[in-house]
This record gives sequence, structure tokens and C-alpha cells, in this order.
Amino acid sequence: MGVRYLPAGDAALTVELGSRISLPLNQRVRAFAQRVEEAEIPGVIEVVPTYRSFTVYFDPLLLDLDSLIRRLRALEANRGRVSLAPSRIVEVPVVYGGASGPDLPSVAALTGLGEEEVIQLHSRSVYHVYMLGFTAGFPYLGPVHPRLRVRRLETPRLKVPAGSVGIAGNQTGIYPRESPGGWRIIGWTPLTLFDHTADPPAILRPGDRVRFQPVEGGEWARRSGFSNRES
Amino acid sequence: MGEAFRVLEPGVLTTVQDLGRWGYQRYGVPPSGGADPLGLRIANLLVGNGEGEAVLECTGLGPTLEVLGDCLVALAGAEMEVEADGVALPPYISHLLRKGQLLRCGISRSGLRGYLAVAGGVDVPPLLGSRSTCLPAGFGGYQGRPLQKGDILRRGEPSGDLQRMRGRVLPPLLRPSPASPQEVRVLLGPQHDYFPRRGLETFLHSPYQVTSKADRMGIRLEGPRVPHRKGPDIVSDALPLGGIQVPGDGQPILLLNDRQTTGGYAKIATVITADLWRLGQLRPGDAVRFRAVAAAEAQRYRREFEEGIEAIRRGITITPSRRTYGLLWEDRTIPVAVEEIGVGAFEVQLGGRTHQVRITPPAPPAAREMRAPLAGVVTAVHVGEGEEVPHGARLVTIASMKVEHDLTADRAGRIAKVHIRAGQEVHVGDPLLRWEAGESPVDISDRDG
Repeated sequence: MGVRYLPAGDAALTVELGSRISLPLNQRVRAFAQRVEEAEIPGVIEVVPTYRSFTVYFDPLLLDLDSLIRRLRALEANRGRVSLAPSRIVEVPVVYGGASGPDLPSVAALTGLGEEEVIQLHSRSVYHVYMLGFTAGFPYLGPVHPRLRVRRLETPRLKVPAGSVGIAGNQTGIYPRESPGGWRIIGWTPLTLFDHTADPPAILRPGDRVRFQPVEGGEWARRSGFSNRES
Repeated sequence: MGEAFRVLEPGVLTTVQDLGRWGYQRYGVPPSGGADPLGLRIANLLVGNGEGEAVLECTGLGPTLEVLGDCLVALAGAEMEVEADGVALPPYISHLLRKGQLLRCGISRSGLRGYLAVAGGVDVPPLLGSRSTCLPAGFGGYQGRPLQKGDILRRGEPSGDLQRMRGRVLPPLLRPSPASPQEVRVLLGPQHDYFPRRGLETFLHSPYQVTSKADRMGIRLEGPRVPHRKGPDIVSDALPLGGIQVPGDGQPILLLNDRQTTGGYAKIATVITADLWRLGQLRPGDAVRFRAVAAAEAQRYRREFEEGIEAIRRGITITPSRRTYGLLWEDRTIPVAVEEIGVGAFEVQLGGRTHQVRITPPAPPAAREMRAPLAGVVTAVHVGEGEEVPHGARLVTIASMKVEHDLTADRAGRIAKVHIRAGQEVHVGDPLLRWEAGESPVDISDRDG
């Protein structure tokens, strides 16, 4: 499938490289997005990589869609070697199950695995950060082991505590901040994923890799619990 | 520099906003910023600020503030009732407030978001390059949240002498006036191919109503269902400001400044940047229509929009607010200093005493013609013959150079005759309406200062 240039208004252009969630495709997205950044096209404000596309935000007083598309096509054709920033591996300690992971039993039941097996399968993989979104600093991680793929909750929770580790389908992720959420929560990490006083403010960046490390719950005091009611 | 206000009542939702925090969407941080950037920029220009300084975005009902140090303020955007110590302060004029005064921002009569700028800008620490409040992530602005009772707001250094900058006014014809139903121009895409032809036609040819599910993240609309070809889901991609996503129920959602940075519903169209400000003023119940334009047109409209702001910048003039007259009494001339301090409100200094005087307009002649103040096309006539209209009622809307201007009644009265109809071209001075004005009381109150 060729590259598609999809205007998203007069100040954004989405560059679509494919239509699926796949690791090689996401790496191509990241490589192309990086070439665009390195080209330092006057008027480009920011480049936002996502699963299978990236979006270029620009100032329409300095740049127009046609010239931007021409510049990007030239970059697309001229595929010199791009040295992607080496992907970092970030270790994320996780307290699995119990009050920290209230959906561990339901994930075990849905998959026909024991809780220990769920923890093992989830913490054995090294996950790729496809993109950040949903809330500030929320990483979309994958792929998830085929035996761990479960559907979302029927009714999303109104409150999921910060640090919760969830899974849904082929994805796993971490809630940086208390928010509503429909993913199944199997654990909790004390790691601070988003810090607005740091720049960049998120620990994880698209292209990073993540490994979950099971730890014992006693090491950290548990924060406030889960709720389906607004407080 | 220094303390500007203490919040006595926060209003419905008052946040500190500037033109947004760009460059961090890849980390999931929405740009935030004023939902009506036009109102925000004008308010800043009126108080002599750079157009992107931090201001207070007041939603629906504004805050009540105690003035802690002299400051120059101006309101733009939604038409909010603002008063200081009981004297109405009209929008689009800079007002000098003294320490100890009470600034009360009331409800908005038209539009949703009022922008209250203070000379020097609202001084909160910039985070990641912006002073905007990011409500979803809880940072930026004033402690990452809407204002609360008891908060103390500081202001930066004004660009000039406050006394000299008071009375800076934007002439009425240069003020933006959103028309209702609003026409919002869009560029189709990025995923308009997810919709069948009749889906696009429904979207572009139907009125949509703003529901009560509207906030700084997005506005849910209600209207004829927009069908999808094969369902609404896409592999999540970036959500642009002004993007219009259509979930499975076929009801479009407009994405505003605090939206999620990514999302998984197909986006049928994206509002052009020249019209984004209109989204910030939509109120529940308002009607919206979408019109598709081409990319080149969108860019031209944006340039015209910026030219409009340049005209606004040049059009701001100082109204001399203080005049001294000579009162001839017998063989003596007594100096009288008159200063306009609000709508029909004056401070009169006479013989060492200060009086506050209020004047309401004198009774008008029994019947008169209302004439076109500008050339353009009549887009709407809001009244019929024989209709009684209250003060402030919208009478006629004229589009001139692609901007719609509402002509309103400057007093209550009855419409005797309507000379024009929608679609008609008018020139300056053409008669529009003949009307009989009602009685208007004259009220002069006198108070020792």
C-alpha cells in the first residue's frame, strides 16, 4: 500500500503508511516521521507519530498543504539511511493482582489460564511503544501474547487509579493519571509516567520498549482504590 | 507586576489560557489554549498586550474579582455583562480599575466564552512553553485547575502607562459577531472515504444542534444521522483541532482544545482554522451548518482572517475619556471635569466634589428609519412588521466582506415597516426598517463622591 496524504484541515496533514497495527509498519512510520523532523521544514510545528500514520501540524500562514505534500513526497522517494534513535528499554515494576489488579481473576477466567500464568505471559514480553495518546503520557504497548487477548470491560470504570496497568485485545498500557477507563486492570506500577515539570514530560516515547517486572505489593503503599462512582 | 485579583466567586468555569501549548501532542498532551482564539487575541490587543498573553477564559457566567492593585482590563468574545461597583463596563473597551473595586462578570448574553485580559497578562508560571490550563492532565494555568474562591491572581508588567491606555476601544463594525445558525467551513477528511456519498450529503446539508454535552474537549452535536460505509472504527490516529469525528451513532463530535491527542473514530471533516473561533462560542441549543471548501480557499480565508486581526489592531483607538468644560455662571467660568466611566455613567468633578451621574438616552422621535451602516448582503431579517422589540434585540444581519454584522435595537420599540428581505444587497444609507421607538426614561442619579 502506498503512502496516503490526508489533509486534516488547513493546519494538519496525516500521512498514512498502512491500515493495520504492526510493528514493522510502526517502525516505518517512526523513521519517516523522523526524516520529516530532520528536514526542518519552515512552518512545521510538530510531528505526531501514531500506529500506522503520523500527523504533521503546521502554520498555514507559512506553509500550504500542496507544498508540504511535495516536500514529503520528496522525502518519501529519497529514502536515505535513517538512523533511528536507538530504542531504549524501560523497566516498569508492577504489583500484579490483588487490590492492585482487580481484573486479574477475570482475565484468568476469560483466557483459561491461571493467575500466575497471566502474570508470567504479561511480564515475559518486551513491548513496543506504538504511540502515546488517550491521556497525557498514556503509552499504547504491544503486541500482547495471543493467549492473553481479552475484550474490554462491558462498562468502563469511571475511575482507574494512576499507575494502573491494563490490557485490552492486542494492547497493554499504563494509566499515568486517574481517569476513566475500560481496559482490564491486572496490576499497578509506582512509576511516574508523566511529569509536567520535565521536558519531555513523558518517560516513554514512541519507539521505546517496555518490560514489566513483577514485584511484591508490600514494597509500596497502595493508592486510593477503584470506583465506579464519581467522587 | 504584582497582585491583580482575589477570586470571590469563580464563575462556572474560569481558566487561564493563552494560544496553547504546541509541540507535545506526541506525548499525549493536548494543546489547550483559548477555545475562541479571536476573542482572546482581541482582548489582549485592547489592553496593550501581545496578542498571545494569558487571559481569563470565562464560560457562561464569569467570576467576581476583588481588585488588589490598579489594573487595566478589557473583555472580548462572548457578550458578558461586566460591571465594577455597579457601573456597567462595556466589552471591547479597556477599563482602568482601582485597588479595592469589585469586578463582577455576569452571564453571557450571546456566545459562550468571554475573554478577560489584563494589561501585562495573567502571570502564572509557563509550563512546557505555555500558560494555558490543561484540564485533562491537571497542569498549567492556575495550579492546573479552574479558578476557585480565594485564589490570588498576579499580573505581568503592562506595556505602557495604564492611565494612558484606558479607553482603548474597538469600533463596533470591527467586532466579530457570530451569526446563528452558524455556518462553519470545513475541509473534508481525513477519513471522508469512510462515509457513503449520502453520508457526506447529510452532513453538509443538515443543521446540527449543539447538545449539552459540550466542554473544552469537544462538542457533541445532534441531528440527522450520518451513516458510515463499514462502521466508524479506524486504527487510532491523531485528532486535529476542529476535527469532526462520527462515532457509531452517526452524531458528529467537534474536537476542541482539550481533546485527546489520538482517537479511533473516522473523522469526516476538519473545521478550517479561520472558523475555529466560532466553535469556542457555540452554546447548547445553537444550530450549526457545515460548508465544505477547498484547501486553497481555506488558506485564503485564513489569510483574510489574519488581515481582519491586523485591521482590528490598527482600528483600536483611544477615546478621550476625560474632558474639561467651562460652566458659565453669571460672570464666572467654573471648570467641570467629566469622565466617562461606564455605559452612560460619568464622574463629574465640580467645585472640589465628585458626583456620579448616569444618563439614559433621551426619548427618540416617534418614528425613524434605520439605515444600513455598511454595504453588504442582508443574510437575515429577524423581525416582522408590527413586532415589538426589546432593547438589544437583533433586527437585521448584514454580511460584509464575509463577516456577518448584527444590527440591534438601541432601544425598545415597534417595527412599523420592513424595507428589505434576506438575500438583498444593500448600500450604505439604504433604509432597512422603519420603526416607532418606545418611551425611554431619563434617569440621572447624583451621588457624592
